Amino acid sequence: MMGEVPFTLDFSRVGLTERALVGGKVASLGELLRHGCRVPPGFAVTSFGYRRFLEANGLEDRLRQVLASVVPNDLESLERASQQITGMFLESRIPREVQGAIERGYEELSVRAQLPDPPVAVRSSALAEDSEQASFAGQQETYLWVRGTENVLDSVRRCWASAFTPRALSYRLTQGVSLDDGVAVGVQQMVHPRAAGVLFTLSPRTGDRSLIVVEGSWGPGVAVVSGEVTPDEFTVNKVTLEIVHRKISPKTAQFVPTGSEGLLVKVPVPEDLQTKPCLSDEEVVELARLARHLEQVYGFPLDIEWAVAENEAFPHNLYLLQSRPETVWSRRPRTSIAANFKDPLSYVVQTLAGKALSR
Amino acid sequence: MMSDALRFQSPFEVQTPPGCEGWTEMYPYYLLFSEDRRQEEENKLWFYNGMHAPEAVHPFDTIGFEAGYLGIGEMSSRMFCIPPALGIDFRFLNGRLYISPTAVGDPKKIEERAKLFERRAGYYFQNWPQFYEEWREKVKREIEQLKAIRFPELPEVEDEQLVFERKGYGTSQEVFEAYHRLLESIFRIWQIHMEIVMIGFAAYFTFYEFCKKAFPEISDQAITRMVGAIDVSMFRPNDELKRLAKRAVELGVDSYFRPEANVRETFEALGRSEAGRAWLEEWRRSSDPWFYMNTGDGFHHHHRAWVDDPGAVFGILCDYVAKVKRGESLERDIEGRRRDRDQITEGYRALLQTEEDRKAFDELLGLVRNVYYSIEDHKFYVEHWYQSVFWNKVRELGALFVRQGFFQDVEDIFYLHWSEVHQALMDLLLSWTIGAPARGPVYWPPIIARRRELMGKLRAWNPPPALGTVPEAVVDPAVVMLWGITPDRLRAWLEPEKAEEKVLRGFAASPGVVEGPARVVLSVDQLHEVQEGEILVCSVTEPSWAPVFSRIRATVSDIGGMMSHAAIVAREYGIPAVLGTGSATKRIRTGQRIRVDGDAGTVTLLED
Repeated sequence: MMGEVPFTLDFSRVGLTERALVGGKVASLGELLRHGCRVPPGFAVTSFGYRRFLEANGLEDRLRQVLASVVPNDLESLERASQQITGMFLESRIPREVQGAIERGYEELSVRAQLPDPPVAVRSSALAEDSEQASFAGQQETYLWVRGTENVLDSVRRCWASAFTPRALSYRLTQGVSLDDGVAVGVQQMVHPRAAGVLFTLSPRTGDRSLIVVEGSWGPGVAVVSGEVTPDEFTVNKVTLEIVHRKISPKTAQFVPTGSEGLLVKVPVPEDLQTKPCLSDEEVVELARLARHLEQVYGFPLDIEWAVAENEAFPHNLYLLQSRPETVWSRRPRTSIAANFKDPLSYVVQTLAGKALSR
Repeated sequence: MMSDALRFQSPFEVQTPPGCEGWTEMYPYYLLFSEDRRQEEENKLWFYNGMHAPEAVHPFDTIGFEAGYLGIGEMSSRMFCIPPALGIDFRFLNGRLYISPTAVGDPKKIEERAKLFERRAGYYFQNWPQFYEEWREKVKREIEQLKAIRFPELPEVEDEQLVFERKGYGTSQEVFEAYHRLLESIFRIWQIHMEIVMIGFAAYFTFYEFCKKAFPEISDQAITRMVGAIDVSMFRPNDELKRLAKRAVELGVDSYFRPEANVRETFEALGRSEAGRAWLEEWRRSSDPWFYMNTGDGFHHHHRAWVDDPGAVFGILCDYVAKVKRGESLERDIEGRRRDRDQITEGYRALLQTEEDRKAFDELLGLVRNVYYSIEDHKFYVEHWYQSVFWNKVRELGALFVRQGFFQDVEDIFYLHWSEVHQALMDLLLSWTIGAPARGPVYWPPIIARRRELMGKLRAWNPPPALGTVPEAVVDPAVVMLWGITPDRLRAWLEPEKAEEKVLRGFAASPGVVEGPARVVLSVDQLHEVQEGEILVCSVTEPSWAPVFSRIRATVSDIGGMMSHAAIVAREYGIPAVLGTGSATKRIRTGQRIRVDGDAGTVTLLED
C-alpha cells in the first residue's frame, strides 16, 4: 500500500494482501469483489485505526498492566481483566481523525444506498492467520442492523473490546499469541434479504465435486445457519449449470429485523409463501455460476453465504456475504479412484469381476 | 435369507385374462413357467421386457427372442465369458415376454472367467473400429444372402432342365432347404448381433461405474452425454425423410403432401406427373436401405418397415414439407451437440482429483466412445434392415401356404411357431410330392382362428413390470445399462403406494421441464394419434419412432434405461424424457395434464 497508512479502507481497495491491515474476513470480501462478485458495500476500520485509538487514549500501558495480572487458567481472573478492558475501551473516545474517517465511510454508504442512516453490520475481522481458531477464541463479534453514526462508532469500539473477552484472553495467553497485534473491524451495508442461505461447491452428502448445493429460506440467512427452518435445497450440476434437483420444504418461519437496534425477531411465514421456492431458477443458476467461478479462482471447494436483496432486479439482487474454504470433505486425503489403473482393458476386467469397486 | 427377500407377485399367481384359457399352447414348452421348475422360477427375478416386446408376441415372432437370447447366452456366457454374467433366461406369460438375468455366483468361477474375458474381449477392444467396420460388412452380406432365399412355386411337374442338369433333387428339396436357410440365417444374425453388443455393454458399464465412483451423485444422463454417439445410422432414415421433404418443395410437388390424404393414392397421383415421378424416384433411392426402418424394434412382424407401409411416416413427411415451406430449418445441430459433449467431458475431467484419475478417465472414455458408437449404430443394420427383410421373407413362405390352401392369409403364418411351420411345411411337401391331400388345410385354420382371437384378447392385458424375487445385486452389465434394472429401481416398483401419489419416478433421460396433455400409446398402430404438443406416454419408446419426436413435447415410458435409444433420440430432439417409470401407462390417461421433469426424472400428474 502506497503512502500513509489509512484508518479506514473501502472494501473495493483491499484483498488478501491487505490482511494484516483489515483482517481475514474483510480481506476475503475484498477478494470476492475483485473476482467480480457482488458484495454489499462497506469499509474496514484498519488495525492502524485501532492502534491510533489505543495511543490517543494511552491504553497500551494500561492494557499491559491489566494483562500482567491475569492468571491464564483462572476464569475469575480472566473475567475481571476482560471487564476492566471493556470498561476502559467504552469510556475512551475515538480520536477525531479516526472518528472522521469512520463517519466519512458511513456517509459514503448512505450516499450509495440513497438512505439516511443506512443499516450496517459491524463485525470484527481477525488478523490472526487462522480465522477459524480466531472464531473459536471469540474474536468475531458481529452487530447487525446498526443505524446512525453514534451507534456505528459504539459498535466499532465494542468490536475492538471483543478481542479481550475472557475466552479470547485465555486463548491468546495460552497460545502465546501476541496481545497487541491489533484488531480490524468491517462496517458493511445490510442487505434487505428476500431470501438468504448458504451454498457449497460440492455435495455435502457425498463430497461429489460435480455438484453445487444451494440451501436457502426466506429472510436473513440466520434461519438457515441456525437450523430454525428446513431450507429449500437446490442441487446444480457444476459442469452444465443445470438444476438437477429441487427440494422445496415448508418454510414456516423467518427472521425480520426490528427497531433501530436491529434485533432479529422470528415471525411466521404467510402460508402461500411457505411452499414456494425461495429462489427462482435463474437466481439459483447465477449463484452457482458465481460459486463455480470463485472455486476455480481459489482452487478449493468453498462454503459461501449469500443473500438475495428484496428490492433489486436480477442479477443485481444477488450478494455474497462470506466465502470460506469448505472443511468437511476437503480435509479428507485426496485418494485416487483409479489407483490401480493400468489400461482400460484390465480396468474393465476388474470392474466386472468386482475388484475395482469398493462398494 | 430367502424369507427376507423382497418379492413381486409370483409368476404362478398371475391370472389368465378372461377368455384366454389355453394361451400356453401358442408357445413351446421350454418357454413357459411350469410346475416342474416352479421353485427355481419363483426365486428368480423376471422383468417385463417391454423394450423389445411391447406387445403380446405372436407364436412365430418368438423366433427373434429365441435367436436373440441364444446369441446373448453364447456371447456372454460361453464365448467372451463376461465374468459375473451368464445368459438371460426368458418366458412367455399371457403372451408377454419376461426375462431374467443369470449371474455367476461362485467368486472362483468369476476369477477364472475374468482371465478368459480379458484375453478374448481385449482382442476386440483393441481393434474395435476396424472390427466394427468389418462387422457391418458381415451383416450386409447376411442381408444379401437372406434376400437371395427363394420359395419357388411347386409346379405340376418339374422343369425339364432339372432332369438334364442331373441335379438329382427337385423343388420340394429347394423349398425345404430354403426354410432351413431362413432359420439358419436369423439364428446366425443374432449371434453376430450379440458378438459386439454384449462386450460393448461391459465396457460401457465400466465407464459408468468409474463415473459413479468419481462423482457419487452424477446423473446417468451426464454420463451418456459424455459418451453420446453424435451421428449414427439410426438417424439417417429420418434425415432421408427431411431430404425428401426438401425435394418435394424443390420439385414443386409439395401440394400433394396433405396429412389427411391416403398415402397410396398420393403416391399414385405423384406418378402421373413428371415432377412427381422424379420425387418417387428419390423416395425409391432413399428406401433402400434407409426405409427398412420399422416402427418398432424389429421383433414384432407387424411393425412394418416404412418401405412397406409409408403410411407410418407419411404424416411426419407432410409435417416436414410444411416446415420447409415455412422456411424452418430441419437440420439437426450436430456441431452444437459435439460442442456440448466436449464441454461436458472437459468439465467433468477437470473436476477429477488426481492425474491418475484423469488418465483413467481419458483412456476409458476413448474405449467407450468407440464401443458406444457401435451400440447406437448397429441397430439399424440388424433390428431394422435385416429384420424387415426377414419378416417379408417369412411372408413369401406364407404366400406359398396360402396358394396350397393351408392358410387364408399370408399373415396367418405368424400364428404358428417356427417349429410348427416346420411340421406344416413337411405336411405340404409330402402332400405335393405324393399327390395325396395334406391335413394342413383342415388342421390349421381353426387353430389360427383361435390364436387370432387369443392375441386380440391378450393385447388388452397390462403386464406387471416384474415378477418373482428381487436379487441382492444386479450384475449383468446389459441388464443395468439397457433396461435400467437395479435393486433400487425394483424396490421403487415394489412400493408404489409409498411413493408420492401424484409423482412417478424414472430415469432422467433427457433434460428439460415441460407441461402438457398426455397421449398414452399402447401399441404402434396408435402412434398416428399423437398430436402436436402432446407428451408421449408409452410402454417403451422405440427409437424408430424418431419422426414422431418432432411433434411431441416430452416422452415418458414404463421401461427404459440410460442406454435405451429413446433417451438418445429425445436428447437429439432436445425434448425432456423420463424413462423406466414402471407404471406410466397405467397411471396416466390420454388428455391428462402432466409435468415432465427430465432433469429430476419425475412425472407429476397435474390433474386427477
